[in-house]
Amino acid sequence: MGKRVLLIEDEPNILEAISFILSRDGWTVHTHEDGETAMKKVIGFPPDMIILDVMLPGRSGFDILRDLRENQITKDIPVMMLTARGQEKDRELAMRLGANHFMTKPFSNADVRDHVRSLIDA
Amino acid sequence: MLGINTVIAFSLCYVAFLFFVAFWAERRAKRGNATWLHSPLIYTLSLSIYCTAWTFYGAVGYAARSGLEFVTIYLGPTLMMIGWWWILRKLVRIGRAQRITSIADLVSSRFGKSTSLGVIVTVISVVAATPYIALQLQSVTLSFAVFAQSGGQLWQDADLNATATWVAVGLFVFTVIFGTRNLDANERHHGIVIAIAVEAVVKLIALLAVGVFVVWGIAGGPAEMMQRIDNSQIVLWDQDGGRWISLIFLSGAALLCLPRMFQVLVVENADERHLAIASWAFPTYLFLMSLFVVPIAVVGLDLLPVGSNPDLFVLTVPLQEGKQGLAMLSFLGGFSSATSMVMVATIALATMVSNHIVVPVWLSLRPSQQAVISGDIRHVILLARRLSIAGVLFLGLVYYRLSGGGTALAAIGLVSFSGAVQILPAMLGGVFWRGATRLGAATGLLIGLTVWLWTLFLPSFGDAALIGQTVLDQGPFGMAWARPQALFGIVGLDPLVHGLLWSMLLNTAGFIIVSLVTFPTPLERLQGAQFVNVFEHSAAAPAWTTAAAGAEDLLIMAQRIMGSEQAQAIFEREAVRQGKKGFLPEVTPSFVELLERDLAGSVGAATAHAMVGQLIGGSGVSVEDLIAVADEAAQILEYSSRLEAKSAEQEQTARALREANDKLTALSIQKDAFLSQISHELRTPMTSIRSFSDILRDGEIGLAEQKRYSGIIHDEAIRLTGLLDDLLDLSVLENGQVMLHVKTGNLGQLLERAIGAAGGLGDAFEIRSAPDLGDMRVTTDLDRLVQVFINLIANARKYCDAQTPCLRISCADHGDSYLIDFIDNGSGIAPENQQLIFEKFSRVADGSKAGGAGLGLAICREIMRRLGGDIAYLNGQYGTAFRVTLPKEKPADC
Repeated sequence: MGKRVLLIEDEPNILEAISFILSRDGWTVHTHEDGETAMKKVIGFPPDMIILDVMLPGRSGFDILRDLRENQITKDIPVMMLTARGQEKDRELAMRLGANHFMTKPFSNADVRDHVRSLIDA
Repeated sequence: MLGINTVIAFSLCYVAFLFFVAFWAERRAKRGNATWLHSPLIYTLSLSIYCTAWTFYGAVGYAARSGLEFVTIYLGPTLMMIGWWWILRKLVRIGRAQRITSIADLVSSRFGKSTSLGVIVTVISVVAATPYIALQLQSVTLSFAVFAQSGGQLWQDADLNATATWVAVGLFVFTVIFGTRNLDANERHHGIVIAIAVEAVVKLIALLAVGVFVVWGIAGGPAEMMQRIDNSQIVLWDQDGGRWISLIFLSGAALLCLPRMFQVLVVENADERHLAIASWAFPTYLFLMSLFVVPIAVVGLDLLPVGSNPDLFVLTVPLQEGKQGLAMLSFLGGFSSATSMVMVATIALATMVSNHIVVPVWLSLRPSQQAVISGDIRHVILLARRLSIAGVLFLGLVYYRLSGGGTALAAIGLVSFSGAVQILPAMLGGVFWRGATRLGAATGLLIGLTVWLWTLFLPSFGDAALIGQTVLDQGPFGMAWARPQALFGIVGLDPLVHGLLWSMLLNTAGFIIVSLVTFPTPLERLQGAQFVNVFEHSAAAPAWTTAAAGAEDLLIMAQRIMGSEQAQAIFEREAVRQGKKGFLPEVTPSFVELLERDLAGSVGAATAHAMVGQLIGGSGVSVEDLIAVADEAAQILEYSSRLEAKSAEQEQTARALREANDKLTALSIQKDAFLSQISHELRTPMTSIRSFSDILRDGEIGLAEQKRYSGIIHDEAIRLTGLLDDLLDLSVLENGQVMLHVKTGNLGQLLERAIGAAGGLGDAFEIRSAPDLGDMRVTTDLDRLVQVFINLIANARKYCDAQTPCLRISCADHGDSYLIDFIDNGSGIAPENQQLIFEKFSRVADGSKAGGAGLGLAICREIMRRLGGDIAYLNGQYGTAFRVTLPKEKPADC
């Protein structure tokens, strides 16, 4: 049983794509589509790593990241941020808030796979 | 032989006669039929108070002691009247335009109504006048003594002192009766003026009579007289050029600066044109007064025993010759000279003391408004005047007693003159130089006063009376440079020339230098302009008015302070309250109080209080003067309100800039947000396409997955294209570059087309449209209209969350336009989002489900605006409801 990756993303097609890539690489992928309830999901079943979209319905990925870093249970979980807005200041904000990696959509599948590997192993 | 009692009786009769003349003149003036009182002749005669007992008796003594030097005392004023009349004219004009009451008022008024300057000038004037008044007391006393001695009585010092005191008391009574009987708004005293005019005639006749007697009665004719003069010592006297120039300057300047001369020259002036006549008539008077001085002096020196007081030759020569009647006339001439000078001088000084010292102090001690408004202040001022007159006379008496009457009359007079001319730099500077400042004037005056006191006044009490001989010789505390008669080591100068030179030099220098380095206050600036440019500001000299302040004056003043509308409103309200029409109510105490409160809002409580109080109480400052103050206040207010307006304007500009900046920032944020949105909307389908195409390229997946993933790629590619189409469409619509193809069609067919394109009928979604749509014809861009319909139907299809979703489309004919409603049976849109939905990228509902970028309704709204209609969310329906307003024919200008 591979390590658990929680994928928080509201675009169903992207969710399916990333799930496929990571499952194929041996990870157990859990998905969540809503921003508001994301924290509950993480605390209830802490994964080994989180892939977090910025633009989520209900709550922004940045807010969730801040909460993750302030919570004792979740503060050490590696987080890779995903965004389609592609602005430099978003990257800065993400890194400042404690993201481990920041990735812009569209991405190459190999990049996602490599970064998840390195973040979980670290 | 005329005994002293006869002389006293004569004097009393003469005084009674003067009383009668003065009373008569005042009554005539009150009745208003006394135009001759304002004649240039009276004006010229009143100027003759320049010729005091000093001139009457002293000139002869002066000639006997110092030769022709006495002429300078006449030459100064003569030159001033003839050559420098334009200075006088300017002073008279300013005096009338500004309602000046005294020389202290002139200086204080010029330098921003400065209280301190008024006090300084008053102090200088009082101190400088004191020796002069003492001089008059001395001459009258001495002339009494002459008669007493000629009557065989031997007078002791005690008798002289007692006489001087009685003379002072008598002068006090006369001056108080005529000088302070009432408070004339402009300080004019008809009774006194007439009395001194009469006295001017008496003293001229007396002196001429003595002169004629001396030339024809004693010498035996002009030729013999000239012979005697040639043989006398008078022509042998050395004449000091420096002293001559100094004395001519001194006496000329004194004409301007002596408080009593200012009083008759400026304050009592009834008509500016009188000055033109006086400019030759007064020098003529002076010439006549001086004509027989030398003959009398020569004859006196010849006739009388050595050691006789030459100051009394005018009296003692007729007595010596047994001409009792002539001696009596001569006595009356001297008496007239003394009394007229003392009366006018004390009135002028009392006005200054009461206006610049007593009343300000009294007002500051009693801040109660009641006193000022009720007219109490009139009593206070009158009392202040009377006490001031008494005080000035008392000071003169003290000086007389201190100096022991031992100094020659002429010397005392010159000391007095030098004191008064210390005002000259500040006065002329103020009148001709706009750069002169209050501090400069105060500096010059104080320096001049100090130097004069030290070099001339204190030594004038006689040897070692107030200043010890050691101080005179070695300076105070051994400081040789500060010796009173050899300042800064300048020795050898005549003491008078020395004192005058230093005091005027340091005074003027201090005045100019301090004026140059200080800045005038706004009020000083205004006053300076009004004084220096008086001829531009007052084209025609206004006539003197004696009317008391009425509602009209108050209204004028109030208007100048708070503006016409407000002032008139206040006055009208009061008039109505009193049951009158118009703007002029009765000036009741309550109204005055109300007005003062309102004025205080504009100029501050203190100023309003003083202005209203003076206007109502008539404290001696004229109505016009107050209005001038009001004018200045109004100008200052206007100036400050301009400043305020300016700063308000700047604030407004700053606010506008801030708003513009905020708007720009907001726009930039919007632009950022918009770009960021577009980026997101474009990248999201791109991400799926790229990711799944990667997966497909990797192979290793089953056929079912292959089919599914290429389906996703296909859908996302279409979504991407649609998004780009929408963006382009919106951009074109927003920029107004859209090409519209206007055709005519009917609404029913257009709706059917839209329903078909939006996914057709047949599934669970029910569309009900009104049956009579077929008759509704419309001329517009039909394709664009269908685009709007499709959008609305597609939205309903996507977002309607009812169990059995249903869209009702209805249409109403509304004159020029149709109202087409699209109402579904879903849960609707929350009120706070109803405006938001028309904004770009505003996907209120779940965007992924809709599959759109949130541009649909924004495009609909743009299209409807292009077509001359509108689209709006319809509130109050059960489901989501849109109303399309469509003109039956598209207006040409859209």
